[in-house]
Amino acid sequence: MNYNVNEKGYYGDFGGAYIPEMLYPNVEELRQNYIKVMQEPDFQKEFKELLKEYVGRPTPLYYAKRFSEKYGTKVYLKREDLCHTGAHKVNNTIGQILMAKRLGKNRIIAETGAGQHGVATATVCALMGLECIVYMGAIDIKRQAPNVARMKMLGATVVSAESGSKTLKDATNEAIRDWINNPTDTHYIIGSVVGPHPYPDMVARFQSVISEEVKKQLLEKEGRENPDYVVACVGGGSNAAGIFYHYLDKPEVGIIAVEAAGKGIHSGESAATSALGKEGIIHGSKTLLMQTDDGQITEPYSISAGLDYPGVGPMHAHLFRSGRGEFISVTDADAMQAGLDLCKLEGIIPAIESSHALAIFEDRKFRKDDVVVVNLSGRGDKDLNTYIEYFDLA
Amino acid sequence: MNRINKKLQEDKKLLSIYFTAGYPKLEDTVPVLEELVKSGVDMIEIGLPFSDPLADGPTIQESSTTALKNGMTTAKLFDQIKDIRKTVDIPLIVMGYFNPMLQYGVEKFCKACSEIGIDGLIMPDLPLAEYEEHYKATFEKYDLKMVFLITPQTSDKRIKQIDTASDGFIYMVSSASTTGKTSGFSNVQRDYFERIDALNLKNPQIVGFGIKDEETFKAATKTAKGAIIGSAFIKMLTEKGIEGISSFIKSIRP
Repeated sequence: MNYNVNEKGYYGDFGGAYIPEMLYPNVEELRQNYIKVMQEPDFQKEFKELLKEYVGRPTPLYYAKRFSEKYGTKVYLKREDLCHTGAHKVNNTIGQILMAKRLGKNRIIAETGAGQHGVATATVCALMGLECIVYMGAIDIKRQAPNVARMKMLGATVVSAESGSKTLKDATNEAIRDWINNPTDTHYIIGSVVGPHPYPDMVARFQSVISEEVKKQLLEKEGRENPDYVVACVGGGSNAAGIFYHYLDKPEVGIIAVEAAGKGIHSGESAATSALGKEGIIHGSKTLLMQTDDGQITEPYSISAGLDYPGVGPMHAHLFRSGRGEFISVTDADAMQAGLDLCKLEGIIPAIESSHALAIFEDRKFRKDDVVVVNLSGRGDKDLNTYIEYFDLA
Repeated sequence: MNRINKKLQEDKKLLSIYFTAGYPKLEDTVPVLEELVKSGVDMIEIGLPFSDPLADGPTIQESSTTALKNGMTTAKLFDQIKDIRKTVDIPLIVMGYFNPMLQYGVEKFCKACSEIGIDGLIMPDLPLAEYEEHYKATFEKYDLKMVFLITPQTSDKRIKQIDTASDGFIYMVSSASTTGKTSGFSNVQRDYFERIDALNLKNPQIVGFGIKDEETFKAATKTAKGAIIGSAFIKMLTEKGIEGISSFIKSIRP
């Protein structure tokens, strides 16, 4: 079976470009050009140089000795938390800003939930001297004040999304509306493997540097390119797409996607899309999403703002439906505990998103000689307030 | 003959009104419809509210949010308008986003529309390619006209594809915008209207987005067959309620 995107922009039953005609010229321009541009030697050179000199790649593949001992298996952490700006998000924004420049765009828009993708976008806009407008839900602006300040320091304009539930999905709607209103000079940097084709594929390709590095690094450390498992948290799913990418067609590598169960899958406050979602259309893509019986998109919940999305990228919907991926959901409580455990065992403070991936080891048992690579997608600095309140650390 | 095709043959400029079903009150759908007919409009687009209406500006978004809060659903709408053909004779089009239709079931949705006497559908996020490959046969089975949008950015080549795929009218979006955004028409729009007119398409065009008064209605229908008013009508409805409909329509087309 093919786990990558096909010519029509689908992953199995999922994907496509369900967009209003107003967006057609923009999306079509991108679709016709993205692979061609990405394959230009000049583009590759600039992209790789920036990833190395500016982002700080390759990020280490770190053998987590004490964590491994605790769970009786071999766990490696792919340290995306050490990227400039604190998470994997910047791999994609570097790629897309170079794409935007080559398409002659001089105005950049983006959506953000917790603010990580907004910061990563504002960063590359500052780097390239381009105008940057970031849409962020009014509620998120309140609860993520430090990232709002970061974006402003980097020169971005942060626009409050006041519609709907005033969170990530509404910020995405507002960014799309901006693009409709500015069809010629603007590029929309989507932050995850979501949205109309070609976005899911383009973002996955930019993030695929993660598994490209893992292959080389694991060969050095273990004498083989392929681990037994790769594990990543999934909101929209960009860090997961990045670490799964080069292993999609290697059946010997198990793929584990970890979703946020929030307060429990059946609590009514959850973001576990594979368990709770049905096939439908969100943000221009046919995928699994949380919705009412009447087809209205519902508001998800997770303690982690980065996993707080009612859909999942079409690649992941296909991995789920085809059975290629193993989907596990982790509650707020288990994720928070796993995050704190990593601090104490390895001296690494993980983002709460990444803590979800770390939390599976309590229940999901691996063999002693299994090599399990976990994508540590971001660092926990941005979550300090949540950690402080949750564990009463003040 | 489908009511849309028949109406388009009339020798006059058509005025079409969009309103959100279940707004301002849940049970206002039919009273609004009947008052619009009494006021002399030529065609009505019944908006099926959606939680995430990407192509709409704040006015229609807010009316959708209110309608959903009021309890509007697809099944509820079909129930409200099940006897509408006893009192209303003009073309009726359901306008909504694709996800609620998908969840209801595309065939079931089309069948319900056909039984009620709906003449056409506008689904802005159901693109031409998907429609032709997967849904065209079903729409046609129930004699529902799918109405496609074009914008100032749509290439002539694609406009011709859309013209070929359409049987009714083409919804001509007046400018690069979401609904309710523009204020009046500039030379850019007038050039665009004339460019489309010069293409001599087989389907007449009806202009939407940015029509709000007599002046913009006249400007839009100089070359086009008609015009659609949405946000401006919703705004009026919010302020004045159903009693305001007749004088609003008179102000557009005295």
